Amino acid sequence: MSTRETIDFRKQVVEEVLEIYPEKAKKNRRQHIAVKDSECSSCAVKSNTKTVPGIMTARGCAYAGAKGVVWGPVKDVVHISHGPVGCGYYSWGNRRNLADGEIGVDNFVPFLFTSDFQESDIIYGGDKKLEKIISEVVGLFPNAKGVSVLSECPVGLIGDDIESVARRTSLEHNLPVIPVRCEGFRGISQSLGHHIANDAIRDHLIGKGPAREIGPYDIGIIGDYNIGGDAWASKKILEEMGLKVVNIWTGDSTLEMLQNGHLVKLNLIHCFRSMNYIAKYMEETYGTPWIEFNFFGPTKIKESILKIAAQFDERIMEKALKVIEKYTAPMQKVIDTYRPRLEGKSVMLYVGGLRPRHIVGAYEDLGMEVIGTGYEFAHKEDYEKTIPALKEGTLIYDDVTALELEEFVKKLKPDLVGSGIKEKYVFEKMGLPFRQMHSWDYSGPYHGYEGFPIFARDMDMAINSPTWKAIKAPWK
Amino acid sequence: MRQIAIYGKGGIGKSTTTQNTVVALAEMGRKVTIVGCDPKADSTRLILHSKAQTTVMDLARERGTVEDLELEDVLVEGYLGVRCSESGGPEPGVGCAGRGVITAINFLEENGAYTTDTDYVFYDVLGDVVCGGFAMPIRENKAKEIYIVTSGEMMAMYAANNISKGILKYAQTGTVRLGGLICNSRQTDKENELIEALAKALNTQMIHFMPRDNEVQRAEVRKMTVIEYNPTHKQADEYRALAKKIERNTMMTIPTPLSMDALEDLMMEFGIMEM
Repeated sequence: MSTRETIDFRKQVVEEVLEIYPEKAKKNRRQHIAVKDSECSSCAVKSNTKTVPGIMTARGCAYAGAKGVVWGPVKDVVHISHGPVGCGYYSWGNRRNLADGEIGVDNFVPFLFTSDFQESDIIYGGDKKLEKIISEVVGLFPNAKGVSVLSECPVGLIGDDIESVARRTSLEHNLPVIPVRCEGFRGISQSLGHHIANDAIRDHLIGKGPAREIGPYDIGIIGDYNIGGDAWASKKILEEMGLKVVNIWTGDSTLEMLQNGHLVKLNLIHCFRSMNYIAKYMEETYGTPWIEFNFFGPTKIKESILKIAAQFDERIMEKALKVIEKYTAPMQKVIDTYRPRLEGKSVMLYVGGLRPRHIVGAYEDLGMEVIGTGYEFAHKEDYEKTIPALKEGTLIYDDVTALELEEFVKKLKPDLVGSGIKEKYVFEKMGLPFRQMHSWDYSGPYHGYEGFPIFARDMDMAINSPTWKAIKAPWK
Repeated sequence: MRQIAIYGKGGIGKSTTTQNTVVALAEMGRKVTIVGCDPKADSTRLILHSKAQTTVMDLARERGTVEDLELEDVLVEGYLGVRCSESGGPEPGVGCAGRGVITAINFLEENGAYTTDTDYVFYDVLGDVVCGGFAMPIRENKAKEIYIVTSGEMMAMYAANNISKGILKYAQTGTVRLGGLICNSRQTDKENELIEALAKALNTQMIHFMPRDNEVQRAEVRKMTVIEYNPTHKQADEYRALAKKIERNTMMTIPTPLSMDALEDLMMEFGIMEM
């Protein structure tokens, strides 16, 4: 098929799939789906709007964004899920944000704390219980550096005054207690939860810690949650370049890192969507500059290393070039091993904050082609950054519904689907290779030079597994 | 068994009217239960002669959950065998009082508070229908008739009209009906005629005009209803008259709430508001 034919075919696929919807839903969903076509000026994808009621969405809620993504990985802070037990329980330990440290001493990531609301807490308010829990936490875990209070829906409905509890207990115990108003019903996806979590860092932590001198090569990584050790892999490259990573937000991070996030020469933004708010705030308020970077796959890593080094002096540039040189051969070896097995294979992605665009280069390094991609909760600027990184004819879908994704996959017939746990078994049962691209399927890291060989191995393992020969895809 | 809900503006005299009327019904040999649906828990003091009884929610909080309660802990017999219960709830400004009402009413129903020999259940509900919880007494299978206590004062009439809007919603989706307005007189100008006119506009009746009498206050400071405190007083007969009217009432309607303009026109017609 020529590129033109591919574009026309995929546009036709979109129309066929949308046919099942009633008129109003069809009109809405059509605006969220596009096929990249340089001849078409209206390729823009509508995003960050309310999901059509009745369709199956993979989106989360504000609480998921604030607790699960931003606050959860801060390791020396006790995070209290304030409300009934379910939200806390079902968000317990299912993001793979790894953290170093002694569990229960200076690392509370594997724990779940919840105020476990009962009927009487709804009726009489949960603030007294919250105050008691905070006192108990401080007593049981004297090394905890702070407490965050993450509101579940009922807290917002009954108007629990968590701010005053936080203020009082913070004074009483002489440690930061951060109220986060991330009730799940707020907003239209987890995206607002990221914003609320950023605002809580701004209002309660940043600039309020023990200040320190800024070294000439001090940098921070913003928006890397250390899934499967990703942040550690990124840090390794940056330190080999002669830079000093003093903060990571928030993978394997500490309260002090959040307080001192502005005290660096440069902030490197990994997940723009979930942390651009605070990065912009640090720039406006403290003059801390920031740039985006991408450490997926050797091509993008090289580009990013050069871009980062250009912000510093010659010494760093020299080291940066050495780092690139040092890893060229080992990376080529990875490519030589896996590219012949993966060349020409196609992949469809549906993920979260940055991977639908950031990871495209890593697949291309392996000779693979991303033929479809989309975000759960992106905003306009995310798609503006994504579309130029894609090939002509790529199918782009925002807040894709379960039905659409399944139908698109059936018609585009990719060799691999990369998405989350909600999608995994649907496609595996269809006899299709699948990788979880939120959690790295219990593997990782995928970032950096350390991550690429693992990424390549995992994709090969999925696509070329003999399992699939035993299962027949329905369309074959 | 008839289940009746009493609504009206805060401070209009719902609890006083309810308790006096209930005692009049009890005098007639009826078996009556009062359920106070207000966190202030002052719906039963004139019958129990105490400041406030232990409420369902307060005891539930003390014991842990509502499942830990026994019915006899929170359902107490008072004057003339009137059975009394209070939902209770939080102090103003915290928690969710509406949820307290829902929980308490569910508890009473599930635990058989409404025995088969009960003739009447009266729900005495907080000032206004501010949220779903305070509409609980008029949801399906609960109160089917409502009386609104009002007076000729403007705000009381506003409230009566607003409550009618709430009733309209539940009347359309369920079987609840408006039984009438009770005018608890504040001795405003042409009060009787005004409330008659309001009732007519709302597609209901003024079931009784309750004159103002200080004997009610004298009885109240002694934590008693007028019928108990001074059974031969003329005000006691007024409550007996209201009780009889409620017992015989067959005019159950779906209200037709007024627009703000129409309500103000009505007030102007009777000279409350100057042009």
